[in-house]
This record gives sequence, C-alpha cells and structure tokens, in this order.
Amino acid sequence: MPAALDIAGFSVLLLLVLAVAAPLFRPVRTLQITLVFSLAAVASLAAVVAGVMTVADGSVASAAMTLGLPGLPFHLRLDPLAGFFLVVIGLMGFFVSIYSIGYVKGYGGQRSMTQMICFYTLFLAGMLLVVLADDAYFFLVAWELMAAASYFLVMYEDEKGENRRAAFLYLLIAHVGALAILLAFGVMAGQSGRPVFDGYTFDAMRTAQLTPGWAAAAFFLAFFGFAAKAGVIPLHVWLPEAHPVAPSNISALMSGVMLKTSIYGICRFAFDFIKEFPWWWGGIVLVLGLISAVMGVLYALMQHDLKRLLAYHSVENIGIILIGLGLSMIFAAFHLPTLAALALVAALYHTLNHAVFKGLLFMGAGAVLHATHERNMEEMGGLIHRMPWTAPLFLVGCVSISALPPFNGFVSEWLTFQAFLLSPSLPHPLLKLLIPLGAAMLALTGALAAACFVKVFGVVFLGQWRGHQKRERIHEVGPSMRAGMLLASISCLLLGIFPTWVIGWLDTIPEQLCGGRLAESAGKFGWMWLTPIAHGRASYSGPMVFIGILAVVAVTWLLLHARATSSRRVPIWDCGFARLTPRMQYTASAFSMPIRRVLGFLFAVREQVEVVPHTNHPSLPGSLQYRLRIRDRFWNWLYVPQGDAAYWIARQVGKLQQGRIQIYLLYSFVTLIVLLVFLG
Amino acid sequence: MSLHPFVIELLQFALLLGLAPAFAGWVKVLKCRVQGRTAPGILQPYRDIRRLFGKDIVLAENASWLFRFTPYLTFGVTAIAAGIIPLISVDLPLSATADVIALVMLFGIVRFFTALAGMDIGTAFGGMGSSREMTIASLAEPAMLMAIFTVSLASNSTSLTQMVSVMAHSEFVIRPSLAFALAAFILIALAETGRIPVDNPATHLELTMIHEAMILEYSGRHLALIEWAGMMKLTLFFALGIAAFCPWGIATGGDTGLLLLALVALAAKLVVGACIMVLIETGLAKLRIFRLPEFLGSAFLLATLGMIAFFILE
Repeated sequence: MPAALDIAGFSVLLLLVLAVAAPLFRPVRTLQITLVFSLAAVASLAAVVAGVMTVADGSVASAAMTLGLPGLPFHLRLDPLAGFFLVVIGLMGFFVSIYSIGYVKGYGGQRSMTQMICFYTLFLAGMLLVVLADDAYFFLVAWELMAAASYFLVMYEDEKGENRRAAFLYLLIAHVGALAILLAFGVMAGQSGRPVFDGYTFDAMRTAQLTPGWAAAAFFLAFFGFAAKAGVIPLHVWLPEAHPVAPSNISALMSGVMLKTSIYGICRFAFDFIKEFPWWWGGIVLVLGLISAVMGVLYALMQHDLKRLLAYHSVENIGIILIGLGLSMIFAAFHLPTLAALALVAALYHTLNHAVFKGLLFMGAGAVLHATHERNMEEMGGLIHRMPWTAPLFLVGCVSISALPPFNGFVSEWLTFQAFLLSPSLPHPLLKLLIPLGAAMLALTGALAAACFVKVFGVVFLGQWRGHQKRERIHEVGPSMRAGMLLASISCLLLGIFPTWVIGWLDTIPEQLCGGRLAESAGKFGWMWLTPIAHGRASYSGPMVFIGILAVVAVTWLLLHARATSSRRVPIWDCGFARLTPRMQYTASAFSMPIRRVLGFLFAVREQVEVVPHTNHPSLPGSLQYRLRIRDRFWNWLYVPQGDAAYWIARQVGKLQQGRIQIYLLYSFVTLIVLLVFLG
Repeated sequence: MSLHPFVIELLQFALLLGLAPAFAGWVKVLKCRVQGRTAPGILQPYRDIRRLFGKDIVLAENASWLFRFTPYLTFGVTAIAAGIIPLISVDLPLSATADVIALVMLFGIVRFFTALAGMDIGTAFGGMGSSREMTIASLAEPAMLMAIFTVSLASNSTSLTQMVSVMAHSEFVIRPSLAFALAAFILIALAETGRIPVDNPATHLELTMIHEAMILEYSGRHLALIEWAGMMKLTLFFALGIAAFCPWGIATGGDTGLLLLALVALAAKLVVGACIMVLIETGLAKLRIFRLPEFLGSAFLLATLGMIAFFILE
C-alpha cells in the first residue's frame, strides 16, 4: 500500500505532466479533450484517496524535496487538515473534469482548446500544492500558480471587454491579498527565533513564540489576504465579476474549491501556527462571517444574471463557513475543546458541502448556458420540459443550498446552529448575550437563500419560455455533463443522509487542532442518529427523514392511485381575458421586489418608470419602460474612492514627467545632493 | 395497562391525520359564531376533502412533474412532522429524528416546493403568491427560531421531547423570557399558517391572497392533499406552541389512563387556543403586505427581548 503522500504527489505530478503534454495532442481535438480531462479526473481521484486515508488514520507525513532554491528546499506535508482539503479539491476536480469533457467540446471550433486545458490542469495542481506546501516559500509559489492559472481561465474569452476588466480586477485583488499573506509569513518567520534561512518553514512557525501584538499582526494580515481570496465582504467585489465571465466548469472550480483554499489558510494560521489567541479574534471572524452571509444572500436575491447570482451565493456561504470558524476560535480561546471541535466540524462540513452543491449549481448553470446561450434569467423559463435531466439535478443543488433536509446543506447549518446554542457555556456575559443574535442572522440567511433559489428554479426551469429564440431549439446536454452533475447530486444526498460517518471520519482534524473530539457523542447511538453533544441535547437522523418522507409519499401516491381517476390537460385558466402570454409571468426582478422594497436601504437601488402616451389617445398610456439599477454599495464606498485616489496620485506624480532632458538631469543632481547630505 | 412507544407513535399519526380537519372545522365554526354568521358545522372539512378526492384532476397544459409531485410531498412531510411533535406523550421513538430546528426546516421544504409549484404554470398569480410567501417566510423564520431558542435555552436542549419534559416538570411560574417568547411565537404562528392579519385563508381576491394564489391551479386529489396538509399544519403549529410553552398534562410514559388524560388536556388546550386565534382574527384587519415587516419585526423584537430577559433574569 503506497503512502498517502506518495499518492498525492502522483496526483500533482500527473496534472503537471498533462499541462506539459496537452499541446502535443493539439491536432486531434476530441482526443485531446477526452484524454486530458479523463486523466485529470484520475488525478483528482488519487488526491481524494490520499486525503481520505490521511484524515481517516490521522497520520502526518512530511518530506523535503530537492526542488527549490539552493539551501531553501521545498517542503511537503500531509496532515489531516491538508488531507481534508485534498478531498474537497479532488472530489470537485473529479466531478468537474468529467463534466468538462462535454462542456469544453461545446466550444466547438471557436478557439484554441489547448490554452484552457493547460491552465485547467495547472489550476488543479496549484490548488493541491497550496494545501500540501509546508513552507512559506513553496506555499506562495503554489498560491501564485493557482492565482495566475485561474486568471488566464477567467480571461479565456478575452475578446470581450467585460472579461478583461473582470480578470484584471480579480488579479488585482488576488495580489493585494497575496502581498498581505507574504507579510504575514514575514512576521511569523521574523518572530520565530530561528536563523533567517530556517524560519520560513511551517515547522518553525508552529514552534514560534510570538508576543500577542505580533501574533495579532500576523493573523490579521493573513486573514486579510485570505479574505480577499475568499470574497469576504467588503473584499468580495471581484467574485460577481469574475465568476460569471469564466467558462462554467472553471466557475464551478473557482467557486466550489478555490475559495476554500483560503479557509484552509485561516485554519492553518489560527489553529496550527498560533494556537493561543484571545477571543476577540474569533469575534471579528464571526462578525465578518455574519455580514458576508446576510449581505451576500441579499445581493444574490437582487441579481438576474444566473452565474452572478451564484457568485454572490458563494460570498454568503463563505460567510457561513467563517461563522463556524469564528465560533470555534471563540470556544478555543476560552479552552472549551469539545465545543470548539463542534464549531470547527460545522465549518469544515459546510466547506465540503458548499464545494459539492455550488459546483453542482455552476455545472447546472453551465448546462443552461450551453443549451440556451443565455445568462440572463429574464430570458429563460420552462426549461424543465426541454432539459429533463438538468432540471432535477439542478433542483437537488437548490434544495441543498437552501439548507433543507435531508440534503447536505442542512446538516452543516444545523451543526452551526447547535454551536450557536452552546454559547451560554462561555464564561463571558456579553458574549452569552450577543452570540445568539448571530443565530437569528444565520436563520435569516437560510430563509433568504431559500427565497432566492425558489426564484432561480422557478424563473429558469418552471413557467413558460420567455426567450427570443425558438424554444424547440433548446436541447438537453450530453452524457458527460449529465454524469458530472449526477455524481455531484448523489454526493449532496449522501453527505446529507450519512452525516455520522462523515463526522466520524473528520474527527481527527479537531482532535489535532483543538484537542477535542466529537465522535464519542456524535455517533454514540449508531450511524442513524447524529447527536453532536448529547442525546438529550439535540439529535437529527438523516436516514429516518429521508426514508420517512419517501415512505409516506409513496404510500400516499399508491393509495390514491389504487382507484383509477382521470386527469385532463386543459389550457391555462386566464380569468376569461385574452390568452396568457409568457410576458405576463413573474420575472426574476418581480419576484424579489417585496424584499427589495423591505430591505432596499442596503443597496443603491434606482428605479425609473417612464410612460410614453399613446399616439392617438394621449390620455392613455402607450408603452411603459421600467428601468432598474442595483449597485453594490461597497463599490462606491470603498473601491471608487481608492481608485480615484490612486488616479490622483498618479496624476500628481506624472507632473514630474516634463519630457525635457535638462529637468531630468536636475532631478538626478538633486537626488545625488540629498543622498550625499544623508550619507554625510 | 401500558402502551408500547411505537403504538403511541402510530396513535399520534392517526390522531393528527384524523382530527386535523375537525380542528380546522372547529376554528371555522367559532369564527362564524363570533362574526354572527351561520356556521357550516364542524365536519364540513371532512366533506370537502371527500368531495375533492372524488373529483377528476384538471391540469394545465404545461404543468410539469414538479407540479404533480408537490401535493404528495407536502402531505408526506407534514405527516412526518406529526410523528415528531409530542402531542400526548413524550415517549416517542421517532421524536429524535428531528429536533426543533429540523422541524422548522421540514416546514421549510413544504413551503419551498409549494412556492415552486406556484411558479410552474407560469401565471401571474402563482408567481405573486410564491414571491410574497417566500418574503414573509424569510422575515418570519429568524423570529420563529429566536422564540424557540429562548425555550431551548431554558430547557438546555433543542430536542422536542427534552424541551417538553423539562417544561412539564418545572413548577408553574410566569417566566418573563417565556412570556415574551410566547407572544412572539403567536405572531409568527399567525404568519406561518397564513391567518389574518398576514394572509386571509378565506379570500380568493386577486390582490390580497398569498397562500391561495400559489395553489390556485390545483384541483381534485391534489388539492385535497394540500388542503388536508394545511389543516395538519395549523394543528401542528398549535401543538408546537402547546408543547413548547404549556405542556402540562402530557403523559411521560405509555400508561393508558395518563394518555387519556393527556388527550383531554390537549383537546382543551386546542379549544382554548382556537378561541384566542379567532378573537385575534376577528379583531384585526388584514395588513397591507408592506406593513408586514413591521409586524414580523415586532415579533423578532419580542423574541429577542425574551432571550435577553433569559440571560439577565435567569
């Protein structure tokens, strides 16, 4: 049996080889796509195997490579935390690679596939290396590999100005974040007390004795950097720009997996490097998580571009994960290891769940885009009749993300609620009082997400077709795309029905990071019953809910169909007026109107109605024009002023540039004098 | 004589399935009496359901499988909830299946699919109903969970049987936290079950209906299942309120005498609860939809006050 680290190494190596070899197959396009994506799926599966093994036995393996700079070798390490993220990346990599075989072929002869294929494999390899890296140098190399590869993937359809702008914004924010992470490593290495060329390893950082001030500096620099990658509000603005314009398989990976590498980073810094921290760190993480969750879902509700809407939901779900992490940090700061373990498991479980259902939803959005060539939901409708596979699979994603039992989103949100309700055991009176309010915000988030996905599924798949092109031209997507979505939806269901197994498997992570375990209580009453703290405290049984619903529905159906009753198909009841047209349906904007009205003060909403009088009868309205513009307030609050300031500074500096050689000589002369004065 | 827990479980299912229409009928009779109208009789809902089951189904041309599946799901999930809330005894084997948070989410499934079914045909009414229902639900859900959390903090559990046992064995004192939570719960229950002042179950007036707008296209046995599930949901919300706030009288084991006593206590509480709801419904007018955030906001505020009162006073 090969060691887990070897399998992970094989996975990365295979992906890198694919990136190099892909151009060789260029002449045979179909072979190139099928071969590379199938092998990428194999590599991803290898990563899953390595991760599952590591987490299951809680082993730690590390290795120093001969690669790297002289005297600064790269280090690899595979511990349960890294193993868990290998599983997240590998699982989605597997589904999306299968899906990509069909999806990428859909681009037809429009453009070169090689670019997409190379960067796709590099992107996967980069993400795997981020979680495997065991020194700051290698980590940043991998981090940049991931960022650069995804930048080129966002840029894939680079003839559109929108795409170039989105990719630039993404690159900019990713690099501001990377800079902060670099500084955080600098602080850690500088304070580690080891010789300069030794302090860059993660081992040195684990043993570093930091003063509270430096520890806070390191953590918050890193948190800022990772938050920029994860899209935590207010650093989220690149997400709704970059995700919609990237090809859908890439959006699925970026949203489902890439954002999770920052969750990995935050866990690594807080629980592995620093370990001892005051509770207010967790408080800040918790508050930012709550803001991201609520604002993310509210912005999502206001969108009518399907992929942009899903991108805002990633902001929301990252918020939910951070809520779990924040609670875990608060509990850990007060030395309550079991409770910290519960909150950490909730966060990690949601990480896995979000990867699966958001990947599924983006793949579904890709299938819709593939079939209709449309991202605007106002131009869709009734696709359930034209896409009999995609519709139910997408519905599984919708139900999962809306946190409804028996699917997976519910389990992790339920665990987060349980963590919230344990806050009375904190010894701090103010926290006892304030933390339950967070539970109310989480409930609000869940309910709004359900509203949003009723809107998405209702407008896209139900009702009547609203688009301009012929409805008959829309066809179901091919087998490989269906297979990718089917596998992801089966995972959604299994992760929802068998949470005890997943938690039992995950248990080595909190054991190593916060010294607490869940398995003794969580699986005490067998695999059917999830009891995170104690049986009397709270319990949930996924299998029972699933079987119960299935059984009662089946019995009711059978009883009612025992006697033959007829059903007639008739035209829609139109109240006796003219026949209904698809334009009379509720649209996406109309659906979210009540919420826009109630919570509109949170957005910059501009609504205009213009009535053009009838030409023959001026007292009657002829045509109506309705304009609605909703802007992200953070854009105006944070980014526009910064952009303006940068522009202003550039203009002022630009005044130095006179274009005359005498002036430049004068500059050199003055500089020389100043330097001499200082040196003297 | 003592009954096996599984027998009690089955008894509960039968009770709820069988008696929910009677309870809905009782509410209707009371309402008619209070408003000076002639009442149709307490058994009218049974007759309605039987009539609907006998009828053929009329489906719109473009109704999808989701539209036809939703009534069964609605009925099934509501029936599952009946096995989870302790009505007459806390000794329920299925009660551990879902705690109170999962229970709220079970009602969430029903709402999610009903709202989707409302959008399936593609009429304006269906979309209107779905949009309004989801808006109200998203404002009501935080308040609902806050009210329930207050009770679960007091009983240190979110498991319903545990909450009921703790509450039933505590001595009767008026706890301010629970009083606030109960007030919030009543407001939320009115919203969740679609009663005045949030929604009017008796109206089919285009501009005011919410829940009825979503199910406007249903007929025959589909409609019968949805109506029946609606009656069960109404009864279950009363049962949830009773279980969380005044469970006194509920049996702890399977003793037949105690079970009978519990049944009588439950019936009495339901009768009184219905009277309170009818008085509220008769005394208030339906609110404009954009006044509802204030209504639900005050429910949230009450629930939060309850929680603060719990931490400060207890």
